[in-house]
Amino acid sequence: MKPDKVIAGIMLVVGLVVLFRTSTGGMGQSYSREVTVSPASAPDVQWSKYEDAFPREQGEPGVSFSWSRTLGLWISALLTLAIFSFLLGDNVVYKLAEAIFLGVSAGYVMVAGFYDGIVGKLLAGLAPTLMRDSLLPGLPPEQQTNWLNIVPLILGMMLLWRLSPKGGWISRWPIALFIGITAGFRMLAYFEADFVGQIQNTIVPLLVFAADGSFDWVQSVKNLLMVTGVLSTLTYFFFSVEHTGVIHRVSRVGIWVLMITFGVGFGMTVMGRIALLAARLEFLFDDWLWLIDPLNRRS
Amino acid sequence: MTLLKEGQIDRRWIYLAMLCAVGLPILLQLTFPEIPSPKVLDVFDAVDKLPEGSRILMACDFDPASAGELEPMMSAFVRHCGTKNHKLIFLALWPQGAPVIKSNIVILNKEFPEYEYGKDYVNLGYQPGNEVVLKVLVTDFKKQCSTDVDGTSTSTLPLTRDLTKIQQLSLVISVSTGNPGTTEWVQYVASPFGMPMVAGTTAVQAPSLYAYIPRQLISVLGGIKGAAEYEQAIIDHYPTMGENNGAREGLRRMGPQLLGHLLIVMLIVVGNVLYFSQKEKGVGA
Repeated sequence: MKPDKVIAGIMLVVGLVVLFRTSTGGMGQSYSREVTVSPASAPDVQWSKYEDAFPREQGEPGVSFSWSRTLGLWISALLTLAIFSFLLGDNVVYKLAEAIFLGVSAGYVMVAGFYDGIVGKLLAGLAPTLMRDSLLPGLPPEQQTNWLNIVPLILGMMLLWRLSPKGGWISRWPIALFIGITAGFRMLAYFEADFVGQIQNTIVPLLVFAADGSFDWVQSVKNLLMVTGVLSTLTYFFFSVEHTGVIHRVSRVGIWVLMITFGVGFGMTVMGRIALLAARLEFLFDDWLWLIDPLNRRS
Repeated sequence: MTLLKEGQIDRRWIYLAMLCAVGLPILLQLTFPEIPSPKVLDVFDAVDKLPEGSRILMACDFDPASAGELEPMMSAFVRHCGTKNHKLIFLALWPQGAPVIKSNIVILNKEFPEYEYGKDYVNLGYQPGNEVVLKVLVTDFKKQCSTDVDGTSTSTLPLTRDLTKIQQLSLVISVSTGNPGTTEWVQYVASPFGMPMVAGTTAVQAPSLYAYIPRQLISVLGGIKGAAEYEQAIIDHYPTMGENNGAREGLRRMGPQLLGHLLIVMLIVVGNVLYFSQKEKGVGA
């Protein structure tokens, strides 16, 4: 039997099981609870908000079946399966899911950036009264107009000039400024926390004695390994001297340290990827298929 | 499906085996005992030994793509702080971090109903500007965060009313997956100002942060293993937390880890055996 037919068969069986369980109400449903909210400052004003509710809570006051949440759950599950389908080869379903993910992410980041950055920082500084009366009612009354905000406003507009068919060079000025500031900004931080800080972290006693005066051989070995590892790795990257004799032997140790570090990195990456897969499978088995119930949401 | 295709294992068998190795422990809800390592205990002590009601900043710098690893440790931090009645100030340098904060505030509201917004916790939401945000937070907190996520002035909230810079807080907890994240918090806050800080990061990011321990960073929870050990440490010290299945999310995920890793080790061995056996036969030479 060809692999494609086996896979199609498995998918058909799974699809039929899902169809049966859905039709009998045994999976893929979400519930919400209506909660009435009233601000302390104006108790007469009330509105409703909807919170997640567990299926076992259905029948309780305010708890009802939620079409929107159920739809969201199914879209989420089907998109997860669509992404998994890449394992069988590139296909249109995967591409669709990928495009949706990218589009939603970009849209979300843009909206969040606009509201929190442009409105929350730029416009709140330039026109605090207008923002207080419209979008940001909680803006402190003592906040005054910060005319310095005109600078980022102008720079931002210059940056958008890139989209214009003429005068695109104008956008180079804010980009140059941004790169210059960022480079200087980060250089200082790296110099202090990573360069000087890491040198300080490497200056440790090789013979460590505990508070009671006894020799702490575990910590001593740890420190010795750390210092040896740093020095041998640095020697490996020291190309101004020919790697022969002692330098060659020390740099070989450096290679071993690097290989062990890469191994640790690979192991940690594997752990991370398995964790992500486990989280998605738990979502499918618990939230969607209702095969497990670790949080007692249905019983 | 044939097992071997042109001298190699058909990768679809590997995917199927990995699906079983990770899926079956979840279906069977297999869990294994965890013993908190010294690094995890350092994180636990940093939170636990603070005086009750200390003010802590929780930076949530990750998106749903890393939630599988980081959500368990984020919720473990929230539960631990809730148990100690610490006051929490949430903020995110990632736009996608804002919804994650909200989901953790739901935990706080459900499991610690005595927590009151503004007095015991504040949500500052997403703060745009990457590391520039940190640079401003250490000089003028109100300049960066004049309002909370709902637009309420931070000058009116009891928890943030007297806060002029974040060095006044007792601890920074950074849960992050990349840039900006824990590295930036170390570079701009913990290292230059000697501010106590612990972190929870993805397994991929963790090795690069170990170099900061202990002088610039108290300790790190690395990946799901760190989250599981931290949950175990909390349960060991606060046994009632063990009755809460929600507080065992990381521990639940260690079953799939064990079988997944065993499968990978087995595949590496099988791959090497196949390679050397074929080399002996002269295949692919």
